[in-house]
Amino acid sequence: MTELLLSPLRRLGHTTINAIWRLGFITRFLLAILRYSGQSLLRFNLTIREIYFAGVMSVIIVVVSGLFVGMVLGLQGYNTLSRFGSADALGALVALSLLRELGPVLAALLFSSRAGSAMTAEIGLMKATEQLDAMSVMAVNPIARVVAPRFWAGVISMPILAAMFNVMGIFGGYLIGVVMIGLDSGTFWSQMQNNVDLHYDVVNGLIKSLCFGIAVTLIAVFEGYDATPTAAGVSAATTRTVVTSALVILAVDFVLTAFMF
Amino acid sequence: MKRSTIDLWVGLFVALGIAAVVFMSLKVANLTPQSADQTYTLYADFDNIGGLKVKAPIKEAGVVVGRVGAIQLDTKTYRARVTLNLDKQYTFSRDASAEILTAGLLGEQYIGLLQGGDPDELKAGEHITLTSSALVLEQLIGKFMTSFSGGNTAKSTASAAQ
Repeated sequence: MTELLLSPLRRLGHTTINAIWRLGFITRFLLAILRYSGQSLLRFNLTIREIYFAGVMSVIIVVVSGLFVGMVLGLQGYNTLSRFGSADALGALVALSLLRELGPVLAALLFSSRAGSAMTAEIGLMKATEQLDAMSVMAVNPIARVVAPRFWAGVISMPILAAMFNVMGIFGGYLIGVVMIGLDSGTFWSQMQNNVDLHYDVVNGLIKSLCFGIAVTLIAVFEGYDATPTAAGVSAATTRTVVTSALVILAVDFVLTAFMF
Repeated sequence: MKRSTIDLWVGLFVALGIAAVVFMSLKVANLTPQSADQTYTLYADFDNIGGLKVKAPIKEAGVVVGRVGAIQLDTKTYRARVTLNLDKQYTFSRDASAEILTAGLLGEQYIGLLQGGDPDELKAGEHITLTSSALVLEQLIGKFMTSFSGGNTAKSTASAAQ
């Protein structure tokens, strides 16, 4: 009877301790990455290679999604705004919602599922096939050689991808608003320019995407490094990367929005 | 894949990213390098600025000739001092007047300038003396109500006297 009562409590305690332990581990992991960054940034071509795989290969999906999101914003925004007789404000609506929220958040979600999961799978598989151990044996630090270049590649790529997403989204909104619906092109741009502020909107959006870049890449490399070195373990770690990244992106976005705007 | 190919693609990627940021700064946020030598400053004191905001447009005959630079409260007179940054190519006479207008019924507020007939021109740093305040809807309704009820009482006293 007592066992029946105690076992859920024990499980709760175990989960809590495990969560705190992982939080501490991920913090120490981040510190280790920062400590060995100097070494890995000296060999910058490693990072450039990772920027190619994480950033350049994500351009197509980010650009196409940005275009569609902008076009949807154009259509929905026009429908709603014209009901209130202010369809002229469409440019401002599209630009503000993209720069402040949709651009950084959606680009980060796409990045985590396109590049983050690949990073986790790659590092996890390196661990499963004992490549990381082999590096340690050869006195090559796996964090400096494998983890840190991927981390910095993600941090560098994320704001660039978010900026591309924003520009494509605004172009999509322009296509719908001006080319298809036939709003005045001058009004579209001038409304946008009157209502968008460089520091308040553009720079804050870029800061957001930088924070997301740090969060998503850290989760991706951590899950890979921490994966159980089996086929099932790597697959579970990849799933965890996508799920955790999505939740963390949205939570961090809420906190940043509350502070910024 | 060859190293030079990867370098090329990453270079292209970063260049596109920079181009996107520049596009957002220039075309979307309209960051024009409006240095101080392209504008000059005038001041105008208002009793009430209503909902006027910094960066609101200043219009003469509907044409934007400048933007509001700053809004402060003058602690001596307790009037609002508005700094007007005007384009250098437009000069205004000494008896020009400024009023706070609203675009549409509920739109944003802007400053409307009205050129006067004085041959002397306002120089940078001088004040526009003829100003009229923003129209505050509550005050307007309040005035209307008092004058309306005042008219009623006058009428009723007149009928009582009869």
